[in-house]
Amino acid sequence: MSNPRRSFLKFGLGGVALGFGLRQALSINPHEWNEAVTRRLFGARRLTPTFPASQAKDPRANGDVGLEEEVQDWQLRIEDPSGQRQLTLAQLQALPTNSMTTELMCVEGWSQVVSWKGTPLRNIAPAQAPEYVSLKTPDELYYVGLDLESALHPQTLLAWEMNGQPLTPEHGAPLRLVIPVKYGIKNIKRIGTIQFTPHRPKDYWNDRGYDWYAAL
Amino acid sequence: MWRPWSFPFQMMQKHPLAIRWFHWLNFPLLSLMIWSGLLIYWANDAFFAFPDWFYKRANLEFRLSDGMQYHFLFMWLFAINGVAYVTYTALSGEWRALIPGRGAFAQAFQVVLHDLGIRKEPLPVAKYNAAQQFAYTGVVLMGLGSLVTGLAIYRPVQLGFLHALVGGYQNARTIHFLLTVSYVGFFLVHIAQVVRAGWSNFQAMVTGHE
Repeated sequence: MSNPRRSFLKFGLGGVALGFGLRQALSINPHEWNEAVTRRLFGARRLTPTFPASQAKDPRANGDVGLEEEVQDWQLRIEDPSGQRQLTLAQLQALPTNSMTTELMCVEGWSQVVSWKGTPLRNIAPAQAPEYVSLKTPDELYYVGLDLESALHPQTLLAWEMNGQPLTPEHGAPLRLVIPVKYGIKNIKRIGTIQFTPHRPKDYWNDRGYDWYAAL
Repeated sequence: MWRPWSFPFQMMQKHPLAIRWFHWLNFPLLSLMIWSGLLIYWANDAFFAFPDWFYKRANLEFRLSDGMQYHFLFMWLFAINGVAYVTYTALSGEWRALIPGRGAFAQAFQVVLHDLGIRKEPLPVAKYNAAQQFAYTGVVLMGLGSLVTGLAIYRPVQLGFLHALVGGYQNARTIHFLLTVSYVGFFLVHIAQVVRAGWSNFQAMVTGHE
């Protein structure tokens, strides 16, 4: 029969070992680990739930990085390994449009059902697009990185209308990203440049400790 | 001889080694989940606003990104430990001592009367009394609830089918929060009861013997 003193000693040593193990566990980057698991299990293949437009309200205007300067003669600049081109808002609006009412979810925990109108990002993607997409505001102060699968998701929109009205400046006029398979931080406002790139792009909130993948 | 790989069934034992491990792993893991959960909760304290001094003293402010990292790391260990515990109790037969049986409601009421000093006669001798059975079975169901609502919050699109079970994204957050409050309540009662039960009972959870 083991004596209690020895058992307590083992318990204490076990506790120290456990504490050390937890410290080691902290050195793993959980976001990268969870991204690998999520991409393997689900990717971004599922459609997000949609809601009746009557439930839609204006979301909070969180985040004004990259929105300070006035934009004159805005055009969307698209870059891919084979070259670059510019599109005006009228040219974008001439592409097939999509209207949808989805739930915008913030990392902070709040969410809001919102109606959007725009054109799916896949309509401007090159046929053989590389693995990643980088989106930046015209002043490049806010920037977002996406995996190609999420960027080409049919509900990923380049939107110019929110709840039946043209976008206001604080919600990202003239053109913003709506990507309901990701947290709000990926829904970049006032897009200046979209770049299709083989390299994993920098991401504003990832640089500040948040999950690069930011999937929902 | 300490053999973590063998199921320790000995005559004099109260708690098998496996259950002691699950129990003592769960304590730091649940603490880490609650702490990292509070780091997340600070960013949008929609259900209950803790006073500012609490957030400040506990260093919970402006740490949403830390909170998400820790929460989404330790959730794995917390869930694995919980699943291992349930699997072990199911396969080892320990569940017989833990699941409330016939007449457990009336017995649990007697336990409460006894613990409040209203019932004077001693309780029947058993490994766990009926009130403990409800508490320990209930807390496992709460764990399941935290897991399901947690997944519904963590991947609300890819695991969107869970929203039918939990009533949508914001409902899942409310339930997840209330369950956490319940763990704290469970902990306070549990500690009070362990102190009341005395040293030998506590020793049994560490060494296995009473």
